[in-house]
Amino acid sequence: MNTYHIEVRVSPRAGLLDPQGKAVQSALRSLEFSGVEEVRIGRLIRLELKADSAEAAREQVDAMCRKLLANPVTEDYEIALQETV
Amino acid sequence: MRVAIVVFPGSNCDYDCFKALTDVMGAEAYYVWHREHDLKNPDAVILPGGFSYGDYLRAGAIARFSPVMNEVIEFANAGGPVLGICNGFQMLCEAQLLPGALVRNESLKYIGHAVTVRVENNETMYTNAYEKGQVVTYHVAHGMGNYVATPDTIRQLEAEERVIFRYVTPEGQATPEANPNGAMNNIAGIINERGNVLGLMPHPERAVEAILGSTDGVGLFESMRKFIEDGVAVRGEPVRQLAGVR
Repeated sequence: MNTYHIEVRVSPRAGLLDPQGKAVQSALRSLEFSGVEEVRIGRLIRLELKADSAEAAREQVDAMCRKLLANPVTEDYEIALQETV
Repeated sequence: MRVAIVVFPGSNCDYDCFKALTDVMGAEAYYVWHREHDLKNPDAVILPGGFSYGDYLRAGAIARFSPVMNEVIEFANAGGPVLGICNGFQMLCEAQLLPGALVRNESLKYIGHAVTVRVENNETMYTNAYEKGQVVTYHVAHGMGNYVATPDTIRQLEAEERVIFRYVTPEGQATPEANPNGAMNNIAGIINERGNVLGLMPHPERAVEAILGSTDGVGLFESMRKFIEDGVAVRGEPVRQLAGVR
């Protein structure tokens, strides 16, 4: 068994209005960061996971995302995985 | 009518539902704690409003995996009436008993005020005591009531008349101004394909006595009672057969 350090990035689906992102964008503009074209706000979930292999770990995390960590209707997710020594 | 009200950690409209059903409707109601596995043979189940699990992750996302939800899903799949109000609606979407999702209000603000909604379809077990097109006053109280779904899902909901409540002006117009949260097509409530699972963001249970500012919510519970006790048919189907209960 290896331990994997995993980061799941969940972000609002492309094309879906992100009210939080919009509010932060206008706040940045009012602070005169005029070049901000778009802001999207998601969440970062860090996991430490024991698994037999990187593939097995990724598979498990993918299932977690589909079941609980992300809502497929409104969110996309990316999984980044690193073996911890 | 015997109604099970499921209580989650963070539910806060459970007693409102209980009072509406017992004091106002004269029905039988009881609580089922979310860790229980027995719904005790109800005629209908209500998932009440609140902030189950502090809305952590996404509203309703964790409550959806509460032990009792297995029985609620089973009951719904057998045709039993399941009503999700506010946080309950969010849970029904998370549990995929209803399509789509509820995301943060467009304004980013929590809203708590009266709204007017139009009864779009009165041929359901939840709306048969209303007139089609009737404009009723309920209250909303939510931060994440902005209904979203894929364009295909929205088209399907509209085509199948499964949008049951829509935010409108007091005159009955579905304008952007009448939309409190940015919901697609001003959607306030939808029903599943079979017609037994309804989710809505506004709170009919808070509109059951004059002192609360509106009694329009009584019609929803009266519709359920008529369906369950008097066998009022919806969409021409025999009631018991449609509900699959009792």
